[in-house]
Amino acid sequence: MGFFSKLKEKFTQQVDKVTEIVSEKVNSVVEKAAETLKIDRLKDGLAKTRKSFVDKFKMVLGAGRKIDEKLLDEIEEILITADIGVNTTEEIIEKVRKRVKKEGYEDAEDVYKLLKEEIHEILLKSPSANNDAIYHIDESDKPKVIMVIGVNGVGKTTTIGKLAYNYKKAGKEVLIGAADTFRAAANEQLEIWAERAGVGIIQQLQGADPAAVAFDTLKSAIANKKDVVIIDTAGRLHNKANLMAELEKISRVMKKLKPTAPDEVFLVLDATTGQNAINQAKEFMKSAPISGIVLTKLDGTAKGGVVIPIANELKIPVRYIGVGEKIDDLQLFDPSYFIEALFGLDDEVDEEDEGKME
Amino acid sequence: MFESLQEKLEGALKRFRGQSVISEENVSEALKEIRRALLEADVNLNVVKKFVDDVREKAIGTEVKGKLMPDQLIVKIVHDELVELLGSKTAELTLSPQPPTIIMVAGLQGSGKTTFCAKLARNLRKKGRQPLLVACDVHRPAAILQLQQLAQQVKIPVYTEDTKDAVSIAKNALAYSKKFGRDIIIVDTAGRLTIDEEMMQEVRNIYDAVKPTETLFVCDAMIGQDAVTTAKAFHDLLSLTGIVLTKLDGDTRGGAALSVLNVVGKPIKFVGTGEKLEALEPFHPERIASRILGMGDILTLVEKAEQQIDEEQAKKLEEKIRKNQFTFVDFLDQLKTIQKMGSLKDLLGLIPGMDKQLRNVNIDDKAFKKVEAMILSMTLQERNQPKIINGSRRQRIARGSGTTVQDVNRLLKQFEEMQKMMKMVTQNKRSRFLPKLPGFSK
Ligand SMILES: Nc1nc2c(ncn2[C@@H]2O[C@H](COP(=O)(O)OP(=O)(O)OP(=O)(O)O)[C@@H](O)[C@H]2O)c(=O)[nH]1
Ligand SMILES: [Mg+2]
Repeated sequence: MGFFSKLKEKFTQQVDKVTEIVSEKVNSVVEKAAETLKIDRLKDGLAKTRKSFVDKFKMVLGAGRKIDEKLLDEIEEILITADIGVNTTEEIIEKVRKRVKKEGYEDAEDVYKLLKEEIHEILLKSPSANNDAIYHIDESDKPKVIMVIGVNGVGKTTTIGKLAYNYKKAGKEVLIGAADTFRAAANEQLEIWAERAGVGIIQQLQGADPAAVAFDTLKSAIANKKDVVIIDTAGRLHNKANLMAELEKISRVMKKLKPTAPDEVFLVLDATTGQNAINQAKEFMKSAPISGIVLTKLDGTAKGGVVIPIANELKIPVRYIGVGEKIDDLQLFDPSYFIEALFGLDDEVDEEDEGKME
Repeated sequence: MFESLQEKLEGALKRFRGQSVISEENVSEALKEIRRALLEADVNLNVVKKFVDDVREKAIGTEVKGKLMPDQLIVKIVHDELVELLGSKTAELTLSPQPPTIIMVAGLQGSGKTTFCAKLARNLRKKGRQPLLVACDVHRPAAILQLQQLAQQVKIPVYTEDTKDAVSIAKNALAYSKKFGRDIIIVDTAGRLTIDEEMMQEVRNIYDAVKPTETLFVCDAMIGQDAVTTAKAFHDLLSLTGIVLTKLDGDTRGGAALSVLNVVGKPIKFVGTGEKLEALEPFHPERIASRILGMGDILTLVEKAEQQIDEEQAKKLEEKIRKNQFTFVDFLDQLKTIQKMGSLKDLLGLIPGMDKQLRNVNIDDKAFKKVEAMILSMTLQERNQPKIINGSRRQRIARGSGTTVQDVNRLLKQFEEMQKMMKMVTQNKRSRFLPKLPGFSK
């Protein structure tokens, strides 16, 4: 090989190497960007919320205030406007009050840290699902059956589209069962989502028995060795006995094919819902073993604070949050992040303080 | 956790029973409970504060005289104030003197807009109008089809186009309605979040294109503190003319009604009480007021009962009960009346104190049929003298009604209990105690 060709080869190798390194870097940057972009979407959604929270907190906690009863009253109000509810709010405030006394805090700023810790504690009280393993499926336990339930209009169908997409992205074979046979055009709506997610769907005519649809879906999933089955159900108000019985029937019928089915039951809650969400959770629990909550529409101005009393009283973990209408808008729930986004204060409070010191 | 306000007030107010003037002190505890009850009912915090201040002002210095006790007085003040705020009378839909009347609906995702549009169209057609539904939700999958399917159930035409341009659909629908002589146009729009500027601009563009006679904000009755923020954003953009409250067939206390009214300052024109297209009702401020306070919707009950039972009949019944002559014949009559009035659970839920008890009881309207069947399988003599129903008669009744002997036993036992309780109730009119209905509890 001539000198020049050797040089050329070496050079090419070098270029390749550089290209490789560069592209690796670029890729990781792109990935990171994508990640922050997603988080930003939630943050954007919560921006307004945060702003009003920040403003209120600044007013309450700013200007070197000392901790006193009036301050605690004001904080109580802020929590109530986040739909955390009177009982749980009072509980949180009481804990903060005790700790202030016991641990000797004086400055209003410290209260924020305490609040965050207390809310975190509540959210962690409910057994939090192992987030890393969430899209994992045990080979021997296939298909994993997920049933999605909730009152009318909370976003069940959309959530199922997103969830199917996430499983599919994790390399799993998904089959959706359209057991909302009641609502007009529910079939077609879910069909579009299944198509978007690129997964299969089992349907029957409107008015068919939802339990039969669920049964068919599971049967087909078993025959075709699918990894995941996701059952959509019609929206129903939790105080309607006959509709709740129907839900029980769907589970019962599926057990004939797989005794552990449904392996997961997700209760979908709309973040705009107030205290009634607690009733919803309580009542649905009686008809299905809820394994987690999906909190939707968090990209709006609503704060979804009602999941805090639900975690506190009923010990149901929040598993996913919905932050938009696109197919990749379903994220795993991260308590720290939720609180961070809810209050989103750390930076702002600090900045404010720095501003003052100058 | 949702104790009724009444229960809480009883505790708070015992303390100043017997005092003659409502003062800052003797009322402060009660007001605190009222504040709490309103917050638990999801009334917005700022609205609650203003409300409690107003009530305090009105109450203090009021002399306690006449029949009312201080506690009853404060509840009355609170209730009256609530009713006033909620709008003192039922509001009607405004119709344009020159047709077509254009009604546009807007609101958050899943609040019940599409269902409401179909319900309203059905309702107006029943009144002899010629409504046209317009499907402008070009965003949500199968939204247009949903409206079309609902409309088909009640045979009302839908105008739509295969386009992503909601504004042009709305505009063209106007021309279409004129051509085909439709006198009311109902425009369904996509659900949207108020921070979605693009979508908010779209709904504003639709509004500008059709210049609605009525612009209705459709609001889920279960909404929490955010109701105010959302309603304000829609109102600022669309100058709303009315509110529609949906899903009131749930067990929400519905405090949002007060919050939204406070922001929009326009009446609640309809409430949705079910998924079926018949489930649309006018708004009754009194009822929601009681519901928010957790006092039970006694007024509705009275009203409903009035439609079905005439006074004469009622008097006879009371007499019978007092003399312990209430029989299965009367009971069957009662059941039929109740059936005419509507769902049993709905009805019982309206009685103060019942609400909570009912939460754990599954009342199945089918139970009616069962009880009815058992009574119908009794001979007239048995119905008038339940005491004679012995073992063999029980077996015959069970067979005849397709039930079990246990069912019959339970019915008889509970009927006997009910007779006793009814007697107690009529003797002590102030008692809030309610008899269990035979055959309906476990
Ligand atoms: N129980 C009950 N369900 C209702 C009522 N009104 C609407 N729904 C149900 O609530 C769900 C949502 O209703 P839609 O009419 O589709 O709501 P929407 O506002 O058009 O929803 P989007 O167009 O998706 O934003 C459906 O399951 C309806 O059947 C009501 O008054 N009571
Ligand atoms: Mg719709």
